[in-house]
Amino acid sequence: MTQTLPYLSETSSQTAGPYVHIGLVPSQAGFDIFANNFTNNLLVPGVAGEVITIEGRIFDGSDTPIRDMLVEIWQANSFGRYNSPEDQHKSLKLEPDFRGWGRTGTDFETGLFTFQTVKPGRVGDQKQAPHVSFWMAARGISMGLATRMYFGDEAAANAADPVLNVIEQAQRRQTLIAERSMRDGKPVYTFNLYLQGPKETVFFDV
Amino acid sequence: MAITEGQLFQRNRSLHPPAHSPAYKTSALRSPQIPLWSLQNTISEISGPTFKPAELGALDHDLYSNYAKSGDPIGERTIVHGHVRDENGRGVANTLVEIWQANAGGRYRHVNDRYMAPIDPNFGGCGRTMTDENGYYFFRTVKPGAYPFRNHINSWRPAHIHFSLFGTSFAQRLITQMYFEGDPLIPMDTIANTIPDKAAIERLVAKLDLNASIPLDSLAYRFDIVLRGRRSTLFENKLQGN
Ligand SMILES: [Fe+3]
Repeated sequence: MTQTLPYLSETSSQTAGPYVHIGLVPSQAGFDIFANNFTNNLLVPGVAGEVITIEGRIFDGSDTPIRDMLVEIWQANSFGRYNSPEDQHKSLKLEPDFRGWGRTGTDFETGLFTFQTVKPGRVGDQKQAPHVSFWMAARGISMGLATRMYFGDEAAANAADPVLNVIEQAQRRQTLIAERSMRDGKPVYTFNLYLQGPKETVFFDV
Repeated sequence: MAITEGQLFQRNRSLHPPAHSPAYKTSALRSPQIPLWSLQNTISEISGPTFKPAELGALDHDLYSNYAKSGDPIGERTIVHGHVRDENGRGVANTLVEIWQANAGGRYRHVNDRYMAPIDPNFGGCGRTMTDENGYYFFRTVKPGAYPFRNHINSWRPAHIHFSLFGTSFAQRLITQMYFEGDPLIPMDTIANTIPDKAAIERLVAKLDLNASIPLDSLAYRFDIVLRGRRSTLFENKLQGN
């Protein structure tokens, strides 16, 4: 007789569907219901670090921007500390008001997503280059897609990053690196994602 | 010799839909073709955002009332409740649960929904709540209607409620759908059938729970949810996330 271990099975994923905005970005669905909404602006008064914009588009297999995608980001603060009980690196400064998480929907016309935040520091044991975790869901996507965005102006840190370096094909690492540019004197990182084709973004089984 | 929390259990992908499910046509152009890179969890995956009950409004978990303008919404008064646990069987406390759904006629309050069924002026169709200290949640709503969608010529979605959950780690993030016991549309639903495992589909079907129903008021359904579990790192003395 074999033993049965008492683990439960994870609940199965299902697509977020075309109307994901109702629940998660109601203003984009066309109405106002909650007094307090979760948004694409992660900034809070007094937060330390360089204020940046992250923007981009997500392209399907026909090179068409996906205009109904839910995009969420999760990041450390500029000191490299996550605002989570799971991050116990107490030598890194915690900013309790900076959640480090935001969400948005890609624009129904242009497919553009935008976040306002601060550039994160190197996290935890400091071996990883600064990065932002991305998670995306939409109609036609049966299970949320996870990836990371790295910063184009961190070439030395990126070259030593243990996650980037686990990706066998060096040119595929480039799919995770956002270009830095200046707009009206402010830094903008452009991060375009490709679900298919020769530029297919690296997605992770996290 | 410390026993510390470690990485999340590896996801059993056979319980989840493949990225490309040919019968679900939209997935063809939206599915990555190259296998996912397996990423050993770092602090970035093990940590996750937290939310406080004070961030939610008093009616956020009451879809029956939270968009009522001139009266009550039309439809079956319904309570949905359940237990959110991890794969170790532990309740997931204080985690955000967000839901959205069509109204009783199968119409969404969304600029892109063109179905001919009417908008209900008193129903928004979205809500959110948090699990309690033991992982239990509940909300009140009306039972959603079935609706057609453009996949095959005659594709209909069974009545369902969309769920979004966080857990404690960003790698536990999950969006799923809850169905209702006894709905004849479930066995032929393209979306439910993207899941290859029949028993896993069955676990998305909420059971009628008469004991939790309120006599002369509301029927209740029970929907339990399981998020990924965490490994204990036995005999390793190191900080989380190292
Ligand atoms: Fe739906």
